[in-house]
Amino acid sequence: MAAYTVNGVDYEHDEEGYILDVTNWNEDLAKVIAVEEGLDMTDEHWLVVNFLREYYNEYQIAPAVRVLVKAVKKQFGAEKGSNKYLYELFPYGPAKQACKVAGLPKPTGCV
Amino acid sequence: MAEYEFETEGVKKTFTFMNRKAPYGTVYALEVLETVLISAAFEQHANIVFADDGVYQLKAGHDTTGIGMKNFSPTFGIIEMEKEDADEDEDIDMVWRIIVEKESMEARGLTADDFKVEVEVLSAAELADIVDASDCVISG
Repeated sequence: MAAYTVNGVDYEHDEEGYILDVTNWNEDLAKVIAVEEGLDMTDEHWLVVNFLREYYNEYQIAPAVRVLVKAVKKQFGAEKGSNKYLYELFPYGPAKQACKVAGLPKPTGCV
Repeated sequence: MAEYEFETEGVKKTFTFMNRKAPYGTVYALEVLETVLISAAFEQHANIVFADDGVYQLKAGHDTTGIGMKNFSPTFGIIEMEKEDADEDEDIDMVWRIIVEKESMEARGLTADDFKVEVEVLSAAELADIVDASDCVISG
Protein backbone atom coordinates (compact mmCIF):
# COMPACT_ATOMS: atom_id res chain seq x y z
CA MET A 1 0.00 0.00 0.00
CA ALA A 2 1.32 3.37 -1.00
CA ALA A 3 1.74 6.07 1.59
CA TYR A 4 2.52 9.76 2.05
CA THR A 5 5.57 10.36 4.22
CA VAL A 6 5.37 13.50 6.36
CA ASN A 7 7.89 14.36 9.08
CA GLY A 8 9.07 10.75 9.07
CA VAL A 9 5.59 9.28 9.52
CA ASP A 10 3.86 7.16 6.86
CA TYR A 11 0.19 7.75 6.10
CA GLU A 12 -1.32 4.99 3.97
CA HIS A 13 -3.56 5.99 1.08
CA ASP A 14 -5.60 4.17 -1.54
CA GLU A 15 -4.71 4.00 -5.22
CA GLU A 16 -6.32 7.39 -5.84
CA GLY A 17 -4.54 9.15 -2.98
CA TYR A 18 -7.28 9.27 -0.32
CA ILE A 19 -5.83 8.55 3.12
CA LEU A 20 -7.24 5.43 4.78
CA ASP A 21 -7.69 6.75 8.30
CA VAL A 22 -9.50 10.08 8.61
CA THR A 23 -8.34 10.49 12.20
CA ASN A 24 -4.67 10.57 11.12
CA TRP A 25 -5.09 13.87 9.30
CA ASN A 26 -3.00 16.92 10.13
CA GLU A 27 -2.13 20.18 8.35
CA ASP A 28 1.36 19.12 7.32
CA LEU A 29 -0.11 16.02 5.69
CA ALA A 30 -2.71 18.18 3.93
CA LYS A 31 0.06 20.34 2.50
CA VAL A 32 1.84 17.28 1.10
CA ILE A 33 -1.40 15.96 -0.48
CA ALA A 34 -2.03 19.42 -1.95
CA VAL A 35 1.41 19.44 -3.59
CA GLU A 36 0.68 16.00 -5.10
CA GLU A 37 -2.56 17.44 -6.45
CA GLY A 38 -0.74 20.44 -7.93
CA LEU A 39 -2.60 22.88 -5.67
CA ASP A 40 -1.19 26.10 -4.31
CA MET A 41 -3.02 26.35 -1.00
CA THR A 42 -4.38 29.83 -0.24
CA ASP A 43 -6.46 30.93 2.75
CA GLU A 44 -9.53 30.29 0.63
CA HIS A 45 -8.45 26.70 -0.05
CA TRP A 46 -7.97 26.20 3.68
CA LEU A 47 -11.41 27.60 4.47
CA VAL A 48 -12.98 25.02 2.15
CA VAL A 49 -10.84 22.22 3.60
CA ASN A 50 -11.65 23.22 7.17
CA PHE A 51 -15.35 23.46 6.38
CA LEU A 52 -15.27 19.94 4.93
CA ARG A 53 -13.56 18.59 8.05
CA GLU A 54 -16.00 20.27 10.42
CA TYR A 55 -18.96 19.03 8.41
CA TYR A 56 -17.59 15.48 8.30
CA ASN A 57 -16.90 15.48 12.05
CA GLU A 58 -20.46 16.51 12.74
CA TYR A 59 -22.40 14.44 10.20
CA GLN A 60 -20.01 11.60 9.27
CA ILE A 61 -20.38 12.17 5.53
CA ALA A 62 -19.05 14.73 3.06
CA PRO A 63 -21.48 17.54 2.17
CA ALA A 64 -23.35 17.70 -1.12
CA VAL A 65 -21.78 20.21 -3.52
CA ARG A 66 -24.71 22.61 -3.14
CA VAL A 67 -24.20 22.64 0.63
CA LEU A 68 -20.54 23.46 0.08
CA VAL A 69 -21.42 26.24 -2.36
CA LYS A 70 -23.86 27.69 0.15
CA ALA A 71 -21.25 27.64 2.91
CA VAL A 72 -18.67 29.34 0.68
CA LYS A 73 -21.24 31.98 -0.23
CA LYS A 74 -21.74 32.71 3.46
CA GLN A 75 -17.97 32.99 4.09
CA PHE A 76 -16.70 34.77 0.96
CA GLY A 77 -19.74 36.62 -0.36
CA ALA A 78 -22.25 36.05 -3.12
CA GLU A 79 -19.88 36.49 -6.10
CA LYS A 80 -17.76 33.57 -4.90
CA GLY A 81 -20.69 31.35 -3.93
CA SER A 82 -20.70 29.38 -7.14
CA ASN A 83 -19.61 26.08 -8.57
CA LYS A 84 -17.35 27.97 -10.94
CA TYR A 85 -15.42 29.57 -8.12
CA LEU A 86 -14.94 26.21 -6.40
CA TYR A 87 -13.62 24.76 -9.65
CA GLU A 88 -11.12 27.63 -9.86
CA LEU A 89 -9.82 26.64 -6.44
CA PHE A 90 -9.96 22.89 -7.13
CA PRO A 91 -9.77 22.39 -10.90
CA TYR A 92 -10.26 18.62 -10.78
CA GLY A 93 -13.51 18.84 -8.88
CA PRO A 94 -14.11 20.57 -5.54
CA ALA A 95 -15.55 17.53 -3.80
CA LYS A 96 -12.93 15.12 -5.11
CA GLN A 97 -9.81 17.22 -4.63
CA ALA A 98 -10.83 19.18 -1.54
CA CYS A 99 -11.98 15.98 0.18
CA LYS A 100 -8.65 14.36 -0.61
CA VAL A 101 -6.71 17.25 0.92
CA ALA A 102 -9.09 17.28 3.91
CA GLY A 103 -8.42 13.57 4.48
CA LEU A 104 -12.03 12.54 3.90
CA PRO A 105 -13.03 9.33 2.12
CA LYS A 106 -13.71 9.59 -1.60
CA PRO A 107 -17.16 11.15 -2.06
CA THR A 108 -19.78 8.86 -3.55
CA GLY A 109 -21.20 11.60 -5.80
CA CYS A 110 -19.78 12.39 -9.22
CA VAL A 111 -17.88 15.66 -8.61
CA MET B 1 -30.37 7.18 -29.28
CA ALA B 2 -33.65 8.61 -28.09
CA GLU B 3 -33.68 12.16 -26.86
CA TYR B 4 -35.50 12.93 -23.70
CA GLU B 5 -36.88 16.24 -22.66
CA PHE B 6 -37.61 16.93 -19.06
CA GLU B 7 -39.69 19.90 -18.08
CA THR B 8 -38.79 20.19 -14.46
CA GLU B 9 -38.47 23.94 -14.11
CA GLY B 10 -40.76 25.05 -11.31
CA VAL B 11 -42.18 21.58 -10.71
CA LYS B 12 -42.87 21.10 -7.04
CA LYS B 13 -44.04 17.82 -5.61
CA THR B 14 -44.55 16.50 -2.12
CA PHE B 15 -42.55 13.40 -1.33
CA THR B 16 -43.22 11.22 1.68
CA PHE B 17 -40.35 9.02 2.78
CA MET B 18 -41.66 6.21 4.94
CA ASN B 19 -39.05 4.68 7.26
CA ARG B 20 -40.37 1.50 8.87
CA LYS B 21 -37.28 -0.60 9.55
CA ALA B 22 -34.76 -0.67 12.40
CA PRO B 23 -31.58 1.28 11.56
CA TYR B 24 -29.17 -1.63 11.22
CA GLY B 25 -29.52 -5.22 10.01
CA THR B 26 -30.94 -4.19 6.64
CA VAL B 27 -29.84 -1.48 4.24
CA TYR B 28 -33.28 0.20 4.03
CA ALA B 29 -32.70 2.94 6.58
CA LEU B 30 -29.42 4.15 5.11
CA GLU B 31 -30.72 3.98 1.53
CA VAL B 32 -33.81 6.05 2.36
CA LEU B 33 -31.64 8.57 4.21
CA GLU B 34 -29.41 8.98 1.17
CA THR B 35 -32.45 9.40 -1.06
CA VAL B 36 -33.79 12.11 1.25
CA LEU B 37 -30.46 13.95 1.16
CA ILE B 38 -30.35 13.81 -2.64
CA SER B 39 -33.91 15.11 -2.89
CA ALA B 40 -32.78 18.26 -1.05
CA ALA B 41 -30.81 19.21 -4.17
CA PHE B 42 -34.08 19.43 -6.12
CA GLU B 43 -35.81 21.56 -3.47
CA GLN B 44 -38.92 19.43 -3.32
CA HIS B 45 -41.32 19.27 -0.37
CA ALA B 46 -40.66 16.27 1.84
CA ASN B 47 -42.28 14.51 4.76
CA ILE B 48 -39.71 12.28 6.40
CA VAL B 49 -41.79 9.82 8.39
CA PHE B 50 -40.66 7.28 10.99
CA ALA B 51 -43.09 4.51 11.92
CA ASP B 52 -42.96 0.92 13.22
CA ASP B 53 -39.34 -0.03 14.08
CA GLY B 54 -38.27 2.94 11.94
CA VAL B 55 -38.68 5.14 15.03
CA TYR B 56 -35.45 3.60 16.35
CA GLN B 57 -33.55 5.26 13.50
CA LEU B 58 -33.95 8.63 15.21
CA LYS B 59 -33.23 7.45 18.74
CA ALA B 60 -30.26 9.25 20.31
CA GLY B 61 -27.21 7.33 21.49
CA HIS B 62 -26.63 4.72 18.76
CA ASP B 63 -23.45 2.72 19.38
CA THR B 64 -22.49 0.35 16.56
CA THR B 65 -19.10 -0.79 17.81
CA GLY B 66 -20.45 -4.25 18.62
CA ILE B 67 -21.77 -4.93 15.12
CA GLY B 68 -18.89 -3.45 13.11
CA MET B 69 -21.11 -1.14 11.06
CA LYS B 70 -20.78 2.58 10.52
CA ASN B 71 -22.92 4.60 12.90
CA PHE B 72 -24.88 6.85 10.51
CA SER B 73 -26.97 8.39 13.26
CA PRO B 74 -25.06 11.74 13.08
CA THR B 75 -26.06 12.03 9.42
CA PHE B 76 -29.70 12.58 10.44
CA GLY B 77 -28.52 15.97 11.68
CA ILE B 78 -28.31 17.02 8.02
CA ILE B 79 -32.06 16.53 7.63
CA GLU B 80 -32.62 18.87 10.53
CA MET B 81 -30.14 21.40 9.11
CA GLU B 82 -31.78 21.32 5.66
CA LYS B 83 -35.17 21.79 7.27
CA GLU B 84 -33.97 24.78 9.30
CA ASP B 85 -32.34 26.33 6.22
CA ALA B 86 -35.55 25.93 4.24
CA ASP B 87 -37.63 27.36 7.09
CA GLU B 88 -35.40 30.43 7.45
CA ASP B 89 -34.51 31.22 3.85
CA GLU B 90 -37.40 32.76 1.94
CA ASP B 91 -35.67 32.00 -1.36
CA ILE B 92 -35.94 28.28 -0.74
CA ASP B 93 -39.46 27.11 -1.48
CA MET B 94 -39.17 23.78 0.25
CA VAL B 95 -41.22 22.51 3.18
CA TRP B 96 -39.71 19.68 5.14
CA ARG B 97 -41.38 17.90 8.04
CA ILE B 98 -39.82 15.28 10.29
CA ILE B 99 -42.67 13.15 11.58
CA VAL B 100 -42.85 10.28 14.05
CA GLU B 101 -45.95 8.11 14.31
CA LYS B 102 -47.34 8.38 17.82
CA GLU B 103 -48.56 4.80 18.17
CA SER B 104 -45.23 3.29 17.07
CA MET B 105 -43.32 5.59 19.40
CA GLU B 106 -45.48 4.80 22.42
CA ALA B 107 -45.53 1.05 21.77
CA ARG B 108 -41.73 1.11 22.07
CA GLY B 109 -41.72 3.12 25.28
CA LEU B 110 -40.24 6.21 23.61
CA THR B 111 -41.06 9.90 23.87
CA ALA B 112 -40.16 12.83 21.61
CA ASP B 113 -37.29 13.60 24.01
CA ASP B 114 -35.53 10.35 23.09
CA PHE B 115 -34.80 11.48 19.54
CA LYS B 116 -31.70 13.11 18.09
CA VAL B 117 -33.66 15.74 16.18
CA GLU B 118 -36.82 17.77 16.72
CA VAL B 119 -39.85 15.86 15.45
CA GLU B 120 -43.58 16.27 14.99
CA VAL B 121 -45.53 13.47 16.62
CA LEU B 122 -48.68 12.57 14.66
CA SER B 123 -51.25 9.80 15.08
CA ALA B 124 -51.68 7.06 12.48
CA ALA B 125 -54.91 8.73 11.36
CA GLU B 126 -53.20 12.09 10.85
CA LEU B 127 -50.39 10.32 9.02
CA ALA B 128 -52.91 8.75 6.64
CA ASP B 129 -53.94 12.26 5.57
CA ILE B 130 -50.29 13.18 4.96
CA VAL B 131 -49.74 10.12 2.78
CA ASP B 132 -52.98 10.83 0.96
CA ALA B 133 -51.86 14.39 0.17
CA SER B 134 -48.44 13.29 -1.14
CA ASP B 135 -47.57 13.11 -4.83
CA CYS B 136 -45.06 10.37 -4.26
CA VAL B 137 -44.47 7.90 -1.42
CA ILE B 138 -41.12 6.18 -1.08
CA SER B 139 -41.14 3.35 1.39
CA GLY B 140 -38.20 1.68 3.06
